[in-house]
Amino acid sequence: MSDVVLILDDDVSTDVIYPGRYMATVLPTETPQYAFADLVEFNAKLKAKQVPQGSFIVAGKNFGCGSSREQAVSTLKGHELVIIAKGFARIFTQNSVNLGLNIIEAPAIEAAEGDELEIQGDEVINVTRGKRFPIVPLPPARQVLIDAGGLIAYTRRRLMEKSPV
Amino acid sequence: MGKTVVEKILARAAGRPAVSAGDVVEPAVDLAMSHENGALVINQFLEIYKGTGLAPRVWDPSRIAIIFDHRVPAESPKTATNQKKVREFVAANGITKFHDIRGDLGGICHQILPENGYVRPGAVVLGTDSHTTSHGALGALAFGIGATEMASVWALGTALNVEVPATIKVVVNGKLPPMVGPKDIILRLVGQLTAEGANYRVLEFHGETIRAMSTSGRLTLCNMSVEAGATSGIVPADAETLRYLREEAGVAGTLTPVTPDRDATYVRTLEIDVSKLEPQIACPHTVDNVKPIGAVAGTKVHQIVIGSCTNGRLDDLEIAAGILRGKKVAQGVRMLVFPASGRIYTQALLKGLLADFVQAGAVVMNPGCGPCLGVHEGALGDGETALSTTNRNFKGRMGNPASDVYLCSPAVAAASALAGVITDPRTVTVGGVR
Ligand code: SF4
Repeated sequence: MSDVVLILDDDVSTDVIYPGRYMATVLPTETPQYAFADLVEFNAKLKAKQVPQGSFIVAGKNFGCGSSREQAVSTLKGHELVIIAKGFARIFTQNSVNLGLNIIEAPAIEAAEGDELEIQGDEVINVTRGKRFPIVPLPPARQVLIDAGGLIAYTRRRLMEKSPV
Repeated sequence: MGKTVVEKILARAAGRPAVSAGDVVEPAVDLAMSHENGALVINQFLEIYKGTGLAPRVWDPSRIAIIFDHRVPAESPKTATNQKKVREFVAANGITKFHDIRGDLGGICHQILPENGYVRPGAVVLGTDSHTTSHGALGALAFGIGATEMASVWALGTALNVEVPATIKVVVNGKLPPMVGPKDIILRLVGQLTAEGANYRVLEFHGETIRAMSTSGRLTLCNMSVEAGATSGIVPADAETLRYLREEAGVAGTLTPVTPDRDATYVRTLEIDVSKLEPQIACPHTVDNVKPIGAVAGTKVHQIVIGSCTNGRLDDLEIAAGILRGKKVAQGVRMLVFPASGRIYTQALLKGLLADFVQAGAVVMNPGCGPCLGVHEGALGDGETALSTTNRNFKGRMGNPASDVYLCSPAVAAASALAGVITDPRTVTVGGVR
C-alpha cells in the first residue's frame, strides 16, 4: 500500500515530465534530478528523498504524450514511482515497458492526493475511498519484454540466440 | 481481404505473406535514425553487449542515419561532449549517413532524410524522435521509438514485438483557398481527432487535395499526425512521390510504391472538405486546442518563429517572405527564421528570400531545431507569447512554462509579424518590391 503523491490532468506531455532544456542529460543515473523540474515543489521533494519508492502518481488521459525522449521514463524510474493513468501515449508506454517503469492503465481511476492505493490483481483499490477500479492489461506482445526483465535483457538473449559465442 | 499500406509494408518487412491489424511482427528495419540522442542509444547499445562475450557491432552501418539538429551549434559543454562521443562512434562503426553541423549538408533530421533520398516508398523507418512520422509522406512506414529500442535495432536489425496498427482513412477533398495550406489542414484534423484520438492508429491520407499537394505539404501532414497520437501518417506513394525522389532527392534505381487495396479494412474514415477552410491556430497548451483564426485574431505576440521540421521548407519560406517583402516586422516583436536544412538555406539565399527576411527585421538563424524544443535559443520571457510554425505548444515547450505558444502556418506567422498581433493573412497584400 502506498500514497498518491501527485495528481495530474489529461495530456501531460514529456515536456512537463522532463523539460527539453535538460535533454543534454541522458544517462539514467543522472536524469532523476530533473523529474517534473517545472513543478518546483514536487521536484524538490523528490530530490530530498521525501517521496517513498513505490508512491503513486495518478494522471488523466494520454499521459506522456509528445516527444519520444526516454529521459521522461528513466527520470521516473529513478525514483521508482508508479504511474496510474486513464491512458498513456504510445511511445511513452513502449519506453516504460523497455525500461521497467511500472505504469498502470485504469480508465476509471478516482483518487486525490494523500489517498492510499493498493494494486490487487487486475484492480486498483482506493483504500481511502473504498473503491475499486479495473486495470487494462498490457498487450501480450509487451508482457514478453517485462517477463524478460526489460528490453536490454531481452535483446541480449535474442542476440545470443542469433550468434552464439 | 484487402490490405492497408501499413499492413502491406509490415508483411513484406516481416517476411510474411500477409498480416492484419493487431498481429505482432518483427519487421526488418530499412533505416534507423537518431539525432543527438544517439549518445544515449550508444550507451544502451553497449549495455546490451555487456557480459555476452560479443564485440558490440551495429547490424548494418549503411542503414543507420545520425543527424545533429536539436542543439546546433552545441549550447553547452555537455551537448558538445555528447556530440563528440557520437562522432567517434560513427567513425568507428563506419556509419555513412551522418550529418554533422555543416552549412551545406546539415539540417533537421526530418528534412535531411527525405532530401537525401534516404527514405523510399514501402520502407520501414524508425527514429528516436516522435516526428519520425514525417517520412510517411514518401509512402514509407515511419514511426518514433525510444533510445533503448533503437539500441536493440542497432544490435538485431529488427524491431521487436511491433503490433500492426489499424488505419484511419483520411480523405481530403476541395481546393485550398488562398493563404490556407497543409498546416491548416493538419491543425484542423488534430483538433477534430483530439490529442489521443489516433493512438495506436495510422492515418492514411487520400483525396484530390492530397494528390495535388507537393511532398513538402505532405511532410507537414505526416509530421503532425503524431499530435493526434498516431503511430504514423502515410501518403501512399504516387507520381508526385516519384517526381520528388528522382528530381529533388536524386534517387536512381527501382522504386516500388505500395498502395492500399480497394477493399482494405479501415477502423474509421474521415472526410474533410477544405474548400472553405480558414487559417487554423492551436492555442496554449495543447496541440488539439485548435480554433479558426477569427477566435484569436488580435492577440498580442512577442516572438514569431518560422521554421522546424513542420514548416521550415522552401515553399514555407517563400510564402512568408512574400508577405514580408518591402515591409517591417512590428516594433516589439522578435522574428526568428530557421530554414530546415543547409540546402534550403542556400536555395532561400540564392532566391533572395533571406534578404527579404533580414530587411524586414527578422533574424535568420542557422538550420536546426532552434527554439522548437526550448533548449537552445529563442527562449521566452515570463508572460510572453510566441506564435510559431512548429508543431508543439505544450507548457514549457519553448523553454519557459510561464509563457504561451500558439501554432500556425507560415502565412499567419508572417502576417502577424507585421502587425504584432495574431493576424489573418487573407487581409494582407503580398509581393512587395525587392
Ligand atoms: S524541429 Fe522541433 S519537432 Fe522537429 S525534430 Fe526538431 S525539435 Fe523535434
